Amino acid sequence: MEPILQIEHLSVYFTQYEHGPRSSAFQKRQLAAVKDLSLEITPGQIVAVVGASGSGKSLLAHSILGILPYNSHMEGKIRYNGETLTEKKARKLRGKEIFLIPQGVTYLDPLMKVGAQLRKGKKDPETKRRCRSALERYGLGADVEELYPFELSGGMARRVLIASAVTEKPRLIIADEPTPGLDARSAKRILSHFRELADEGAGILFITHDLELALSIADEVAVFYAGETIEKAKAEDFGKPENLRHPYTRALWYAMPEHGFRAVGGLQPYAGDDRKGCPYAGQCTACREDCRTEGQIPLVEYRGGEVRCLHPDEMR
Amino acid sequence: MKNMTQTETNQRRRTVFFLIVAVMILAAVTAAGILTEGCAVETDFSRRNLSPSLQHLFGTDWMGRDMLARTLSGLSLSIRIGILTAAVSAAAALLLGTASVVLGRKADAVISWCIDLVMGIPHILLVMLISLACGRGFTGVVAGVALSHWPSLARVIRGELIQLRQAPYILVAERMGVSKLQNVRRHMLPHLLPQFLTGLILLFPHAILHESSVTFLGFGLSSEQPAIGVILSESMQYLTTGKWWLALFPGLALVLVVALFALLGERVRRLLDPSSAHE
Amino acid sequence: MILEAHNLTFYYRNRKKNPIIDSFELTIPPGERVGLKGPSGRGKTTLCRLLAGYERPKQGQVLLDGKPVGEYRGACPVQMVWQHPETVVDPLLKLKETMAEAGGIDKRLVEKLHIEREWMERYPSELSGGELQRFCLARALRPETKILLCDEITAMLDLVTQAQIWEFLLEESRRREMGMLVVSHSEALLEKVCTRIITLD
Repeated sequence: MEPILQIEHLSVYFTQYEHGPRSSAFQKRQLAAVKDLSLEITPGQIVAVVGASGSGKSLLAHSILGILPYNSHMEGKIRYNGETLTEKKARKLRGKEIFLIPQGVTYLDPLMKVGAQLRKGKKDPETKRRCRSALERYGLGADVEELYPFELSGGMARRVLIASAVTEKPRLIIADEPTPGLDARSAKRILSHFRELADEGAGILFITHDLELALSIADEVAVFYAGETIEKAKAEDFGKPENLRHPYTRALWYAMPEHGFRAVGGLQPYAGDDRKGCPYAGQCTACREDCRTEGQIPLVEYRGGEVRCLHPDEMR
Repeated sequence: MKNMTQTETNQRRRTVFFLIVAVMILAAVTAAGILTEGCAVETDFSRRNLSPSLQHLFGTDWMGRDMLARTLSGLSLSIRIGILTAAVSAAAALLLGTASVVLGRKADAVISWCIDLVMGIPHILLVMLISLACGRGFTGVVAGVALSHWPSLARVIRGELIQLRQAPYILVAERMGVSKLQNVRRHMLPHLLPQFLTGLILLFPHAILHESSVTFLGFGLSSEQPAIGVILSESMQYLTTGKWWLALFPGLALVLVVALFALLGERVRRLLDPSSAHE
Repeated sequence: MILEAHNLTFYYRNRKKNPIIDSFELTIPPGERVGLKGPSGRGKTTLCRLLAGYERPKQGQVLLDGKPVGEYRGACPVQMVWQHPETVVDPLLKLKETMAEAGGIDKRLVEKLHIEREWMERYPSELSGGELQRFCLARALRPETKILLCDEITAMLDLVTQAQIWEFLLEESRRREMGMLVVSHSEALLEKVCTRIITLD
């Protein structure tokens, strides 16, 4: 099937004034927050992007929607339905075919009743009917239409946000950390709605820091580390550590509380840091000379997935 | 992390350059005004009512006084009053704003009430009243302008501080044993700096304009002093006889100085505001 | 030191009928690690804020060795570590200054938490969440601290960092006989870390 979204070699840079002991405050510098990211989503598929906070994954959502902050710019290509997605086009499609389900519930207008927000100003009976059925689908009664956002609980507000996507026919949904602060059970209930939407033919990009949550719903998982995608794997691959390709992904597996809770030493570097070669070199037990001297390690196909590692079999 | 070339101009460089130039111009005007104060009051009836020429760039008035010298010393006086006013207002605003937060709810209620009270009276009226009560002249004007301009800044500072007080990093510092005053000094005031600085600079044009208008209306500086307000009000009676230079140049100069200050404030705001700081 | 909560009740203004915390009882003796779980919106964070003295209970009290926790002057022996480290450090201060304010930082903690010297010269916006959380832990674990409250402290971090941090905290709690309250939505985590688990509902 034709992919609905193709991201090719996307990099996002920030331009900032320096501060700190190393240089003058009048110099600008560029930080690469996302480096060389490629991703494809076909209709009916849920692709999860998993990374620690500060690894630059939210910028991915912002660059697709064309809402990057003023001091950043992107390189690379984003195609929607086979055509290049410009900022202008993204703005036109937003709320019609492409939907963002944001992290905060502050995206709801606090001064507008829920029903009015879902109808987006239209008053014809057809819109009303669709709005009603969208809410019903997520277990929200007609009375919710008459509530203001502050009267909703966190879980309800989140369901309203999802409902706002299905009043139209969504083709691409971008969920940026859609269940923060929800306990596992409520989070899974919300996520099951994503599965339904995918089964109806939408492509879903699910951005999260929670690997376990991602695995419970996604078909494919891209693992983010310090601004780079270091591995792309099928969700099933996480069943056994031997199926995983990158040493970091394997370390993640072993660090899950139910798989031994084992920690490896070292730290994930800050995405903007200057470095050569593999970002994981500092934590990797199988790190070799060439891991540190090369430029950026290329993402290569390997055993049915993709990996950004020079010696993927070293640790098995 | 890639450094951009050193020579490239960016917002910060341009703003700082503009800041230096503007401050230099204003300082030069102030200094020139002090130096020309002698010439400004020197009368010479042999050169009465001369229109602008190379010798007297802004012309002379009916008493043969050089209008350039008078304009400069008038502006200089205005700027000095502006600085004094801004300093007094800033100090008052900072003190009251801080007291509002540190001393608790009752103190805050009293201070807020005072702010609302002063803000409720039109500026010009208040300046006139205080100036009259203080016996007009230099003291009267400074007291009037200074005592009427602090509330807007104080309100901004109080509002910011009250928001900051609830910031998690301040609550945490408190539980770490940092005292209230130390918290204000170390964690709150640095965050206020952008609003404070901008508000301060934007006080200048207000103060200068109010000083001139009060003087123009006759409630401010005495007519012997070469203040812009005095110059403008005196020139009114000569305007009809075709002596346009008496009002045009001093008026224009006043507008320019005020605009310069306003621009300065706007530039500083853009530099410090996080939503445009990295432009 | 023993932390005790008696008949703890808390509600926001005008919400007396719907208290967030209702007659809650808890005792944390030295060295015990109590896990706290419960669905979202049941006041787990509010409970931590009450126990650490950020908030005053409407009824009941929080006692530390018999003395109300709000009455301790200076650095409080009950310290809380928050879920979002970027909100609890002053964004305008270098980490060096933030740490100095908390009475300096123990060399042993620097080493155990893998804090790098160079980070001390940076501002919070130049560090990742995981790096900042290490600073927050080092700051909270000053010598006076006897009880540590952890409110979802690793929920926003990746699994490897999570495992590192808990490995360290377990060791620290045993070494110092420090009582802990661990809030997390992950049951597996609580089972690995805690000596006792309670449910809030």
